[in-house]
Amino acid sequence: MIAFGGAIWEVLKSGSTYASTMRYSTLLVFAAIGEWVAERAGTINISVEGMILTGAFTAALGSDLTGNIWVGLLFGVLGGFLVSYVQGTLSHRFNTNQFVVGLTLNVFAVGLTAFLDAQIEPSVKAAGILRIPGLASIPLIGRALFAQTWIQYMLYPLIPLAWWAVYRTRWGLELRCVGENPQAGDVSGIDVSKRRRQAVFVCGLCAGLGGAYLTLGQTGSFTANSLNGRGFLALAAVIFGGWTLKGTIAGALTFGFFQALGSVFQAHGYKANAQLLTALPYVMALLAMLVFAYRSRQPNALARPFVRGLT
Amino acid sequence: MSSTTGLNSAIDIETSPLSEPTAAAPTSDQRARWARWRQVLPTVLIYVVSIAVALALCALLVSTTGGSAMKVFSALLDGSLRSPGAWGITVNTAAPLLAVAAGTIVAGKAGLSNIGQEGQVLLGAAAVAFIATRLVAPGPVVIVISIAAGVAVGGLWALLASVMKFSRKVPEVISTLLLYFIAIQITDFALTKRWLLASLSTDSRVNNGQPIKRNARLPGIELFGNTISWGAFVAIILTALIGFALARTTSGFRLRMLGLNPRTARRAGVSAAKVGGAALVVSGATAGLAGSLWLMGGVPGDRFTSGMSSNLGWQGLLVALLARQRAALAIPMAFVFAALRTGSQFLSATGVDRRIADVVQAMLVLALLVAPAIEMVQKQRAERTMTAKEVTA
Repeated sequence: MIAFGGAIWEVLKSGSTYASTMRYSTLLVFAAIGEWVAERAGTINISVEGMILTGAFTAALGSDLTGNIWVGLLFGVLGGFLVSYVQGTLSHRFNTNQFVVGLTLNVFAVGLTAFLDAQIEPSVKAAGILRIPGLASIPLIGRALFAQTWIQYMLYPLIPLAWWAVYRTRWGLELRCVGENPQAGDVSGIDVSKRRRQAVFVCGLCAGLGGAYLTLGQTGSFTANSLNGRGFLALAAVIFGGWTLKGTIAGALTFGFFQALGSVFQAHGYKANAQLLTALPYVMALLAMLVFAYRSRQPNALARPFVRGLT
Repeated sequence: MSSTTGLNSAIDIETSPLSEPTAAAPTSDQRARWARWRQVLPTVLIYVVSIAVALALCALLVSTTGGSAMKVFSALLDGSLRSPGAWGITVNTAAPLLAVAAGTIVAGKAGLSNIGQEGQVLLGAAAVAFIATRLVAPGPVVIVISIAAGVAVGGLWALLASVMKFSRKVPEVISTLLLYFIAIQITDFALTKRWLLASLSTDSRVNNGQPIKRNARLPGIELFGNTISWGAFVAIILTALIGFALARTTSGFRLRMLGLNPRTARRAGVSAAKVGGAALVVSGATAGLAGSLWLMGGVPGDRFTSGMSSNLGWQGLLVALLARQRAALAIPMAFVFAALRTGSQFLSATGVDRRIADVVQAMLVLALLVAPAIEMVQKQRAERTMTAKEVTA
C-alpha cells in the first residue's frame, strides 16, 4: 500500500505526467467544448466520435495533398463540420431520432475512413513543438501547457471564446433558451431547430479540430479506428462538468489523465494490468457521472426533440 | 406536390358517396383504389429513390477507388444468398441481430435508449463460453443452462445502467455506451486467464477461448442444403412474443404509456423506475441471448474470441430503429443486415476492401432514415398548403 502510494506520488510530482496528460486531453477538450455547446442547446451528439474520426482522417488527407499543416487543420475542421452537417440536418430539420443518426454516422465514419485510408494511405507531416520561452519553465505544468505542438495552443483562445459566445452574446442566450425551454423560445421568435443545428455545427467544427490535433499533433499519422470510443468520453466530460464550461474542461482533463496513466506508469517502470488501464477512463467516467449527474441540473430540454405545437 | 394531390383526391373520395349517391358506385370504388395507390406511391418512390441514391454513391466510391461496383454488388449477393449454404448462414446471423432488435424495441417503447447492446452481447457470449466449456452434462442441459447464463449476464449489465439511471440520474444513453468499453476490457482480461476463458493450449499468441464441444452447440435443421440453427426460431418466437406483449398485455400498455407520456404514466401509477428499469434489463437480456445464439450457433467459429460481438449489437440496434420499433418489420430488416454481413465475406475475391460493406450498410441506413424524413416534411408542407387554401376559401 505504501509502495503504491509512493508510486502515485512519484507519478504526480513528475512534470512529464502532466505533459502526457495534456497530449491525451487536448483532443477531448476540443471535442468536449463542442459537445458542451451542443448540449446547452438541448442536443446530444453521439456522433462526436464520428466527427473526431472524420476530422482526423480529412486532416491527414489535407496534409497529404499539400504538405501544409494549416491546410490539414482546415481539412480536419471541415471534415468534422461535414459530419455535423448531416447530423444537424437529419435530426434538427427532419426530426430524425438524434441517437440513431449519431450511431449511424459513427459506423459510417469508421467504415469510410478505414476504407479510404487503405486506398489512399495518406502520409502526414506532424506539427512541430513550439516552446514558449519563460512560461514553459514553470514547474510541473509548464511543459504540459507551453511546450507542446502549436495546435494545442488553439485551445487557449477557444475556451474563452466559447464561454463568451454562449454566455455573453444574444446568440448564446437564444442557444441556452432553446436548450431549456424550446417552446418559449419558439413563441418569442427564435428558430429553435436552426439554433440547434448551429450548435451541432459548432460541435462539428470543434470536434474536427480535435481530430486534426489527433492526426497532426498527437500521433503524426492516421490509423483506422484509432479513436476506439475515446470520443465518447467527451460526452461524459460534459456530464462530469454539470453542463458548465469549466467543469467540462476539468472532466476532459481528468479523463485524459486516466488515459495517460498507462504510459506514465510504464515510463516510471511500474507494471499495471493493461486491460485495467484501458478500462480506467471509462470506469472513472461512470463513477464521476454517478456523483455529478445527480447533483447538477441538466438543460431542461436535453435530448428532447422539438416539435412545434402543443405539448 | 404529388403528395398534396394524393391527399386532396383522398378527401374527394370520402365526400363523393355523399354528393353522388347511386349512379357512380362502381367507378367510385375504382377511384378509391386508385387514390389509395396515389397515396402509397410517393412513399414507395421516396424509399426507392433514396436507396438508389445510396447505392449509386457507394458505386461511385468503389469505382473512383479503382474497383468494379457491379462485381462488389454481385459478390455481396453471392456471399449472402446465391452460393451454396449461404442463406442458411445469413439466417443464422440474422437470429442474434433480431434478438438484439427485439430487446431494443422494448427499451425504445419505454422511451429509453439502450445503446450498449454491443457490450451486453459480448458479455452474454462470454458467460456462455465460461459455462459451456466447463459444465459436464448432457448436451441439451448444457445448452439451456449456458444460454440462461448468457441472458442473465446481459441483463445484469443493463441492470447496472438502469440502477444508475433511476437512482443517480445518469443518462442511460451514455452509461450503456461507456459500459460497453468496460465490457471489452473485462472479456479481454478473461481471455488472458485460464481460470476464466483462456484456452488451455498455449500455442497461439492470440488469446482465444476454449472450443465449445460439439454436443453443446445449437442443433440445426437441414433445408435445401442450408443449415438453419434453432437460434433462428428462438429469435423469431422471441420477437413475436415481445410484439404481442407490447401490443396486448397490461404491462406492455404500461410500458408504452411510460414511453409516450411519462407524466401521464406517473399519474396513472406507472413507476418509471420499475417499468423503465425492467425494460432496460429486458433489452440487455435479449442482447445477452443474442450473444449466446451467436456463439452457440457456430457462425463465428467454435470458441470465444476477443471482440467477437463484432458490431452485432450496433447493427441489431439499427435494425430495431429502422424497423421503427415494430417487431414484425424487424424480422425482414434483420435479414437484410445479416445478408450485408455475410455478403461482405465474399468481397475479398473482388479485390475491393471488405470494409466497403460497412460503408454500404451505413449508406443504406442513412437512406432509410432520410426517406421517412422527406415524407414527413412533404406531408407537413401539404398540410400547410391545405390550411392556406381553407383560409383563402
